Amino acid sequence: MHPGGRGEDEATELPPRQRWTRYRFIHAVAIPWAFLLPILVLHALVVMLPAAQGVYYSLTKWSGLGAPEFIGLENFRVLLFEDESFGNALRNNLIWMAFVLTVPFILALFAASILARVKTGGVIYRMLLFMPFVIPSVVVASIWRYLLSPRFGIGAQLGHLGIEGLDIAFLGRSDTALPSVAFSDNWHFWGFLMVLFLTAMQAIPTDLYDAAKVDGASRWQEFRHVTLPGIRPTVTFMLMMTMIWSFLVFEYIWLMTQGGPGQASEVLGIVIFKNAFQKFNAGYAAAQGLMISFFAGGIILMFLFLRRRGWEI
Amino acid sequence: MRYFRRQGENLLFNHITLMLLVLFAISPIALIFFNSLKSNAEIGRNPLGFPDSFRWENYSEAWERGQFATTMGNSVILVVCTVAAELILGGLAAYSLARKHPPGANLVMFYMLVASTIPIWLYLVPLFFTWRTLNLLNTRIGLILIYTALNAPFSIFLLRSYLLGVSPDFEDAARVDGANELQVLTRIILPITWPGFLTVGLVVGLGVWSEFQIALIFVQDQNLFPVTTSFSKFASRFSRDWGLTSAGASMMILPVLTLFLFLQRRFIEGLAQGGVKL
Repeated sequence: MHPGGRGEDEATELPPRQRWTRYRFIHAVAIPWAFLLPILVLHALVVMLPAAQGVYYSLTKWSGLGAPEFIGLENFRVLLFEDESFGNALRNNLIWMAFVLTVPFILALFAASILARVKTGGVIYRMLLFMPFVIPSVVVASIWRYLLSPRFGIGAQLGHLGIEGLDIAFLGRSDTALPSVAFSDNWHFWGFLMVLFLTAMQAIPTDLYDAAKVDGASRWQEFRHVTLPGIRPTVTFMLMMTMIWSFLVFEYIWLMTQGGPGQASEVLGIVIFKNAFQKFNAGYAAAQGLMISFFAGGIILMFLFLRRRGWEI
Repeated sequence: MRYFRRQGENLLFNHITLMLLVLFAISPIALIFFNSLKSNAEIGRNPLGFPDSFRWENYSEAWERGQFATTMGNSVILVVCTVAAELILGGLAAYSLARKHPPGANLVMFYMLVASTIPIWLYLVPLFFTWRTLNLLNTRIGLILIYTALNAPFSIFLLRSYLLGVSPDFEDAARVDGANELQVLTRIILPITWPGFLTVGLVVGLGVWSEFQIALIFVQDQNLFPVTTSFSKFASRFSRDWGLTSAGASMMILPVLTLFLFLQRRFIEGLAQGGVKL
């Protein structure tokens, strides 16, 4: 990003045009680009080219085999006005978003702010709280299917202790399936968030805390007026990323409920997967993928707009 | 962390709360290891506690019936090849960006930044059909190419920032002494920036070992299954046999947890930088 530094030094040493030899071209252009090209070409092949194709396929009726048939905006008309499963999935994505924007953020902010004060054993706590983040999703899903099962899980144990009514099939009921999966994902995610916040908190200058102490601030006031403003860029960025991620979720739901029971926990990722690979509606699936991109783009624009409006985010 | 320490402050509340949170984070992981040593009868009696007797046969049985020899082998191949490709190709690109500043370098950085925000659902479906055309479905190389590409922005940014942290004077001195570019790379740059390469290797390796979604879509041949998709099949086939599935899960997470315990700082810092990708 910085063309300064060495680049400029070289530029000042650059010989006049007539001495722009073949040798220099090779060293300043050809070899550096030969280093860049392999991974750029690969990345374009895997991400950019299919993304452009996706935009085109979204305007077609296509099973995935043969030639796509161009149908204009028909797919978007169907998914916006006719397809109830799209609306249902979108609603579930928004419920998911409401969950992941609150529970893990509050838990992570709380844990980071009390961990930031701990000197002895701080590194150990950080490691142990982060550990669930390195467990593969298939294993996390398996543990929580067990812990949420009515026969072996936490609910059944509480029943033995006299707390009745929680030995239900959390993943099998339409009112609890989606929050239960979101909770399982959160178990794996919040420690990661906590570490990001902790790192940001440790960069806040000490004098600010000393000044707050002199002013007789309570712990809450200190958190509200020193800590939170100090880590605001990190929190805002993670809020934005988490909002975008909420539209991409797939693995945990696929592994724990496959979108069920019925369509109770079906999100856009599940709908796209089913359309593309099980129902042979690849064109329609591409249109839904493009919708997700619009949502993600909209979120990024919203944050940029708020920042431009002078919100300190 | 010393900045936050108040003189004579009572931290008992902090320690108790943190220990409760640690219990929340760790006990499900401990439970996998506990259950992996129980018989089914014991799981019925004692579903959440420490095992009464150690049933090690669960491991050999899970190893056999879950075909872990094959699938772990596949995953190791995927991890090793992806990490190698990432370090070589990403390292070359990062070196070029950090040191050579070729015309268009800023455009490349901008491309990587924009490309890493494209939602996976926009390109995953067309990518599947492209891979089918190229005969890359149900191949290891097909997965390796995808994993390498998807990790490229993170790896290039991280390696570039490590390279920018090293003064180019060392390299110039070596060149004055007559070293060629390859010697500069292997004798000067790698010995100084290896922590960056190790971090990228760990983050990418962990990602590939745990990856499920892409493997689910791109590999249907059971003999090529990585350990994740295979474990998910295994867990639903033996869904009532929790001792067996827990033993399988333990074998999957043991190598990860061991590495994590030894290199936790590098893991946490790398993931904190790499996790904020789409």
